[in-house]
Amino acid sequence: MLKTYNYPQFEYRTPPEIASGQTLKVPVVVVGAGPVGLAAALDLQLQGVPVLVLDEDDTVSIGSRGVCYAKRALEILDRYGVGDAVCSKGVSWNVGRTFFREQEVYNFNLVPDPDYHRPGMVNLQQYYLEEYMAAAAASRPDIELRWKNKVAAVAQSGKTVTLEVETGDGFYSVETDWLIAADGARSPIRRMLGLEIEGKVFMDRFLIADVLMKADFPAERWFWFDPPFHPGQSVLLHKQTDSVFRIDFQLGWDADPEEAKKPENVVPRIKAMLGDEREFELEWVSVYTFQCRRMGSFNHGRVLFAGDAAHQVSPFGARGANSGLQDADNLGWKLKLVIDGKAPAALLDSYTEERVFAADENLMNSTRSTDFITPKSKVSRTFRNAVLGLAKDHAFGRALVNSGRLSVPAFLTASSLNTPDCAQDIFAGRMLPGAPMDDAPVLDKGDDAWLLDKVGHRFFVLYFADDPNALDGTTIAALSNLSSGGIAVQPLVISRQPGTVKGDIPHLEDLRGVAAGRYDAKHGTVYLLRPDQHVAARWRTFDAARVRAAVARATCNL
Amino acid sequence: MALNLNPNFSEAGKRYFNAYSPGDDFYEMLIGTHRDLSDEQSELLNARLILLLANHIGDIDTLRQALTLAREGI
Ligand SMILES: Cc1cc2nc3c(=O)[nH]c(=O)nc-3n(C[C@H](O)[C@H](O)[C@H](O)COP(=O)(O)OP(=O)(O)OC[C@H]3O[C@@H](n4cnc5c(N)ncnc54)[C@H](O)[C@@H]3O)c2cc1C
Repeated sequence: MLKTYNYPQFEYRTPPEIASGQTLKVPVVVVGAGPVGLAAALDLQLQGVPVLVLDEDDTVSIGSRGVCYAKRALEILDRYGVGDAVCSKGVSWNVGRTFFREQEVYNFNLVPDPDYHRPGMVNLQQYYLEEYMAAAAASRPDIELRWKNKVAAVAQSGKTVTLEVETGDGFYSVETDWLIAADGARSPIRRMLGLEIEGKVFMDRFLIADVLMKADFPAERWFWFDPPFHPGQSVLLHKQTDSVFRIDFQLGWDADPEEAKKPENVVPRIKAMLGDEREFELEWVSVYTFQCRRMGSFNHGRVLFAGDAAHQVSPFGARGANSGLQDADNLGWKLKLVIDGKAPAALLDSYTEERVFAADENLMNSTRSTDFITPKSKVSRTFRNAVLGLAKDHAFGRALVNSGRLSVPAFLTASSLNTPDCAQDIFAGRMLPGAPMDDAPVLDKGDDAWLLDKVGHRFFVLYFADDPNALDGTTIAALSNLSSGGIAVQPLVISRQPGTVKGDIPHLEDLRGVAAGRYDAKHGTVYLLRPDQHVAARWRTFDAARVRAAVARATCNL
Repeated sequence: MALNLNPNFSEAGKRYFNAYSPGDDFYEMLIGTHRDLSDEQSELLNARLILLLANHIGDIDTLRQALTLAREGI
């Protein structure tokens, strides 16, 4: 039991199939109601696909796990309608400080540029995130959540996946066209299907303590290499919500986890860090080891793996749940198009292609951080300490200090779904095909709004204009036409000057030019945006046929 | 030439979306080059590496600045 949090207990209801003996048939089942399974359900619900979610437990994540949710994850949560709840409950922060022994050697600011809706990071205990996501899911009629429903067996044949589900009242069967396995790092589904996940365990242990205290530390991430209060090891401090601070102590591989966890051993460590006079209470203590590994492919026939089930990273960089949410973001719209017969099943191979690329980037960055933080050899430690020593005085040294490269979305620039820029179209900036969209402040009918809140869930064509009044009838008609047809593309005009667009095309104003700047847009520049808010293609001039062709490419219909 | 003390790593043809990436690329290669070596072998590798890089830089004045800064921090 925690002092600051009461775990909700979600209601278990006896599934009607137990009495009826009938097999339940549904289009999509999600196994696991962790952050990733819930995200997948919320995403599919937005796509209009009904989902059955099965979870063997009846509450949220127990104890201290995920803390930091990055800007891109928050933007995805905005699409799911839980961004506000997470941001208002959580602790926003942008600044991280790194100390070597007694001195600060380096600090960073994640969002030096102010014109973004969401901060670089929000810290929030994972149970709150899951509570808000579960509440959102429960409120959507197309999502059925079945708690205390454990998948005991799974089999795949042809176009059907069959599940045996175990409850306190007995077993029942489910048949589904598609199964999303978001059943966590140990993934029973993966095991039952005999699939492999490859990687390695880091030979280190970390003591994780949630500490309740009144402290006016600023909302920043503090990281110590070799501090006097924990010599030879690293320590990480994060402020969470409800006056709970999260402290991670590196222990080394030889530490005895059972001994390390005992309050009589934990309390002195914290006192050494905080000073003897500060009052605190322990909310939670655990000892972790970490793995870095991923599956070769995330789609296996009709079974799609997402989140920790598909890939695991060490926590330096907070890339676990953050990347899992991006899996759901990537998968929802693709599965919808395949279910509707508007895209071939090959589109799901692009889920693996894009998310494996992202997972490898996450694995690479978190492995590099881990290797810097916990050097494996004498020479590696010497280099690490040399970097930390140089960092104090020299900018190049600071750039090499790696106390965790915090989660940022992958730029899917090599994706087969992208339409490359035409040779004559020269663009500056970073919004190239495959990029996750940058947000920007805009005006919608005179009201302050954010660009990312105005796009997503389906394809958009974003037309940049100087004077909206001057848009000619032919262009307007061609833009409007895109919204009909097999795969609808929603037009959206964004103008530098105030005014109105003739007809009924939605229109945003970018009077300060922030969006135009970030997208390096000139009058007539066009962006094709994917339902997951990634750039699919862009041109300096609008041509509906090229937009259609790019949509076809982005949906494997070429 | 003045010793460059600002971040200076990059690879031709590679586009970076995070400022830390080229430095991290180098650092991983550096540590990877030492993999499976004894401490003594690593020391020798470092010496060889310094000699190779020093010759590449060539300019004695630049090298003098680097040698001085390296020594100051010990
Ligand atoms: C110490 C620590 C710190 C971390 N810090 C961060 C951080 O700062 N930021 C971040 O983004 N991530 C962080 N992570 C990672 C994050 O916690 C995970 O990546 C995230 O929980 C993965 O979500 P998931 O939904 O894939 O899996 P899980 O959260 O593990 O959920 C899996 C779900 O599947 C259910 N399930 C399992 N088997 C079955 C079955 N047979 N039938 C039905 N249901 C089943 C379980 O009950 C569970 O609810 C951290 C992790 C740890 C351990």
